[in-house]
Amino acid sequence: MATTKNTSATASKKAQNFLDAPINRKLSVKHKLDLYRTIVGIRRFEERSLRAYNQGKIGGFLHLYIGQEAVATGIVSLMEENDHIITAYRDHGHALAVGMSMNECMAEMYGKYTGCSKGKGGSMHFFAPDKHYWGGHGIVAGQTPLGAGLGFALKYKGLKGCAVTFLGDGAVNQGSFMETLNLVSLWNIPVVFVIENNGYSMGTSLKRSSAKENLAHRADGFDMAWEVCDGHDVFEVREVANRAMQRARDEHKPFLLEIRTYRYRGHSVADANHEKYRTKEEIEEYKRTKDPINLIKSQLIADGTLTETLAKQIDQEKKDEAEASAKFAEDSPYPPRDEIQRDVYWEVDNDTEQKLQGTYFFND
Amino acid sequence: MPLITYREAIKQALDEEIQRDENVCIMGEEVAQYNGAYKVTEGLWKKHGDKRLIDTPISEAAFSGLAIGASMLGIRPVIEMMFMSFSYVAIDQLFNNASFCRYMSGGLMHVPIVVRGPANGGTNVGATHSHTPENMVASHPGLKVVCPSNAYDAKGLMKAAIRDNDPVFVMENTLLYGEKWEVPEDDYIVELGVANTLKQGTDLSIISHGRCAMLSLQAAQTLKQQHGIDAEVIDLRSIRPLDETAILNSVKKTSRALLVEENKPYCGVDAQLSHLIQFKAFDYLDAPVHRVSAIDAPQIYAKPLEDWQIPNQERIIATALKIFA
Repeated sequence: MATTKNTSATASKKAQNFLDAPINRKLSVKHKLDLYRTIVGIRRFEERSLRAYNQGKIGGFLHLYIGQEAVATGIVSLMEENDHIITAYRDHGHALAVGMSMNECMAEMYGKYTGCSKGKGGSMHFFAPDKHYWGGHGIVAGQTPLGAGLGFALKYKGLKGCAVTFLGDGAVNQGSFMETLNLVSLWNIPVVFVIENNGYSMGTSLKRSSAKENLAHRADGFDMAWEVCDGHDVFEVREVANRAMQRARDEHKPFLLEIRTYRYRGHSVADANHEKYRTKEEIEEYKRTKDPINLIKSQLIADGTLTETLAKQIDQEKKDEAEASAKFAEDSPYPPRDEIQRDVYWEVDNDTEQKLQGTYFFND
Repeated sequence: MPLITYREAIKQALDEEIQRDENVCIMGEEVAQYNGAYKVTEGLWKKHGDKRLIDTPISEAAFSGLAIGASMLGIRPVIEMMFMSFSYVAIDQLFNNASFCRYMSGGLMHVPIVVRGPANGGTNVGATHSHTPENMVASHPGLKVVCPSNAYDAKGLMKAAIRDNDPVFVMENTLLYGEKWEVPEDDYIVELGVANTLKQGTDLSIISHGRCAMLSLQAAQTLKQQHGIDAEVIDLRSIRPLDETAILNSVKKTSRALLVEENKPYCGVDAQLSHLIQFKAFDYLDAPVHRVSAIDAPQIYAKPLEDWQIPNQERIIATALKIFA
């Protein structure tokens, strides 16, 4: 059933409500603290990566997830044995949430051989198939049919699981996404699309890029269930996403979930206009009233899970871990030159007999 | 002559063409209110307004196709790909519709659009944002493609592209946007299909395009000073149409050819050039045609490796010396 949430309730009242939801009541103290650790860890890691970028240690692009941490954290915490996730280029939060180490992620951004993709992918292209994390994709909406494919494979193999496919609000206007919506509904594929709606596709507001501001409504056109919720409260994310994911697993039905969130930084760090296309007040207001870290902290202190002292300790641990990852990245070597032509073809990498048939590379 | 950046030169071309022809409009992601992701269109929205500078959603296939349709009724849209890599999202529109409409209608219609944006590597952004698809465009009859290597050409070729009656891709380069060259203030165009001799020489023809032409020019200076080799440097400027005469005349003069491009080697532009030279100047050659291309793999992210993967001075000079070894 398609429903919308009333988002006007106060944050504290809602927070209490969602912490009381069945899926959250089950959480042990350890699990709740893990959620806190993950959210804080993502924030501290990205703050450290921003410093490295500003020092010129990281090049290219850096799309920060700061402000959106509760979305990936909440959803990944619901993943079961046969669940998989995939996302776009704002991919650091999802990576850390599935358990990738800060070291391999930071080293990847530095372009080092010890990075998760050996320095070949960079910030936008993190992958950890062993953790059911399929990237990290650079082209807007390009990952959405791949997510459908993950779901297709689960069903094909007779596995009970779902493929959570993250995308931004800018991606909803790509043809590939709309084609995929039809396909997953037509074929009953267990995929949950999560639109992380931060209000801006790069410098263009939702109002200027989408004909209708409620993006989840589009599911109606494909006879697909949908829901809208807020993304700053990790327990709300868990409550809503759990139902979508459970439904996908149990009934092989797709779901379109729109999560209203906010990014504090620009589209990428190179986005110098991010206080021009929106006001500073708008950013500050979100930080003041809806910061995901502040919210979970107050919730967990209120229910006795967390103390100020422990919160400080966790914060310091994560800062130290992020700092250590920068040192690890700094001290790691770049890939050797012959790595440029590795990981291109199976036969060459694996030195099979077929490698002898035909030429694979064409430099003189 | 004023010294202006490559970026400013393109902006001037767009600005002047908007004023010259009421049917010219600019369309793309962040081109208007944001002033362009790379600031190429900075100030143009403020100056010309919503009708001429149009922000699009992230929908490359839709706005590319829309531009093609509008051009059938005489509009001359210039569409910006934030990266030419993003044109891959719109391949059916650009490589099926734009290229074949004239042909399949038996010449009844034509598609005067310009597709412009950066098409280069060397910026540490990984494989998905580093494509140089001029070869792909050139292999679709019906499409034209130019690769300006400097500000003067960028302005002149952009204007020529906008006035052209067929779809023209203008491949820009983010590493050149901030570089300055002398550019006249008066209205001029650089015709498609006319190469530019950047340096005269007698011993070797280095033939290149885009930013690699500038690298080749620097390499030629080193070859002269340190190795006594007097290389001629030809900047193709236009890939299709191609100035075969300039290429052949140079090779016939020097009897040796080194082709330099940022493309991957297989079916790169220089593969075609290599065929051309052996076919039409075979008897003049004193050595096999040599090439320097990007190392044949998806673009690597790690910066020092990427700097080695795409052509650089060291590789160009080393290959040039091999020709004389």
